[in-house]
Amino acid sequence: MKITRRQLLILLPAAAVAWKYVRAGTPQESPNYNTSEHWWGMLLDITKCIGCGSCVHACQLENHVPDGYFRTWVERYVVRDWGFEHVSVDSPDGGKNGYPPLPWDQGKSFFVPKMCNQCADSPCTQVCPVGATFVSPDGVVLVDPKYCLGCRYCVQACPYGCRFINPETRTAEKCTLCYHRITKGLTTACCEACPTGARQLADLKDPNDPVHEFLKTHSVQVLKPHLATGSKAFYNGLDGSVR
Amino acid sequence: MKCAQSHPDVPWLTEPCRSSLFQLPSEACVGRTVDRLDGLWEIVGLIKETYGPFQPPAAMIAYKDVQHLFRLATVFVIGFVLFLILRAFLVPKSFGQFGHYRGDALQEIAARPISYAGHEVCEACHTDVFDLKKHGRHARVACESCHGPLENHVDDPGNVVPAKLDTALLCVRCHESIPAKPMDFPQVNTAEHSAELPCETCHKPHSPRIETEEKKK
Repeated sequence: MKITRRQLLILLPAAAVAWKYVRAGTPQESPNYNTSEHWWGMLLDITKCIGCGSCVHACQLENHVPDGYFRTWVERYVVRDWGFEHVSVDSPDGGKNGYPPLPWDQGKSFFVPKMCNQCADSPCTQVCPVGATFVSPDGVVLVDPKYCLGCRYCVQACPYGCRFINPETRTAEKCTLCYHRITKGLTTACCEACPTGARQLADLKDPNDPVHEFLKTHSVQVLKPHLATGSKAFYNGLDGSVR
Repeated sequence: MKCAQSHPDVPWLTEPCRSSLFQLPSEACVGRTVDRLDGLWEIVGLIKETYGPFQPPAAMIAYKDVQHLFRLATVFVIGFVLFLILRAFLVPKSFGQFGHYRGDALQEIAARPISYAGHEVCEACHTDVFDLKKHGRHARVACESCHGPLENHVDDPGNVVPAKLDTALLCVRCHESIPAKPMDFPQVNTAEHSAELPCETCHKPHSPRIETEEKKK
């Protein structure tokens, strides 16, 4: 078969696309769960968060997070005298045991639940020198504890401060979006425990997920959008002072 | 043909001159032919060259002690082969299955046991509580939000009995008044609200609205 230059130029991009699919590999073999059918994210509603710390408790109990370390935590923001650049933020013990009364009462205050933003273009996975952390085919940023050296590059790279080194295993750890639960059809432990529905797991590939309707009809924002991390943690009612 | 016949003016041309590319004579006359533009050619710059046994090119003279380079190259080749062999053994088969990471890690992470069973499982057995709860203000609060992770209880309901809850701690966790909470969320200042009575004296946790209040509305 003789290929003209024109045909070759048409074939090359097609071959590149085909090669990308070959490299992506076949999806995980599991009877009920297909990685290619999901693209996970999270909806966090600041207007509903009461700062009870149930999510922090649930996360620690579900994932055996050591004391003093957090895969999710709740911050209390206090904006005084409308100084949006000089906000007070506190999160005593991740917010799981409540918040002390403030020494002042003017200004506005609110709670911001924080967790891994499950970035699609995550800075933390790009810096890993050994391929121990990665974005899974269903959009969850995970750490392979068997491959992690504990070099802390990823801890430095995360702009949201969502990673830590587990003092027992000495490997990097982070929110897995309860990967062991969502692959079984359950919601995450934090979403399960949240009494007000301030946290909702979102499957961005499933059009029947009610979160789609919420995202369409509300002004949602991600944290630090200027960093273009492809964050999939969508905040409703996010104040401009939140960093 | 002898060179001397064509070049009688060159006194030293006495020997036969062969022009073979493959068999160089030990001596040869070398020159350039130049077009004289009158139909004849002139040989200029004719010199006699003597060929030695083997004249190595300049690059080989510069690198005349090349053995160490060959040794180094051999070490590199052996090292590279060893690297390939070790790599084949050490790199897991699933590495690169989905990307630059171990594909099996996905299944390993997904295979971890769960602690929170999920409220649907609770509701399957505890229908009485579910019926009480579903019309109350706590309808959307999941069971394990207060009761804690109870997958153990689901696996073995007979032996694993959930602990009795401390309402003084749990109710306050959500309902203690903090200015940062949303305004529409029911909050109380516990010190003033209940005169240190336990919350469940008046409020049933599964349906916390006080009944007389409900009748009024």
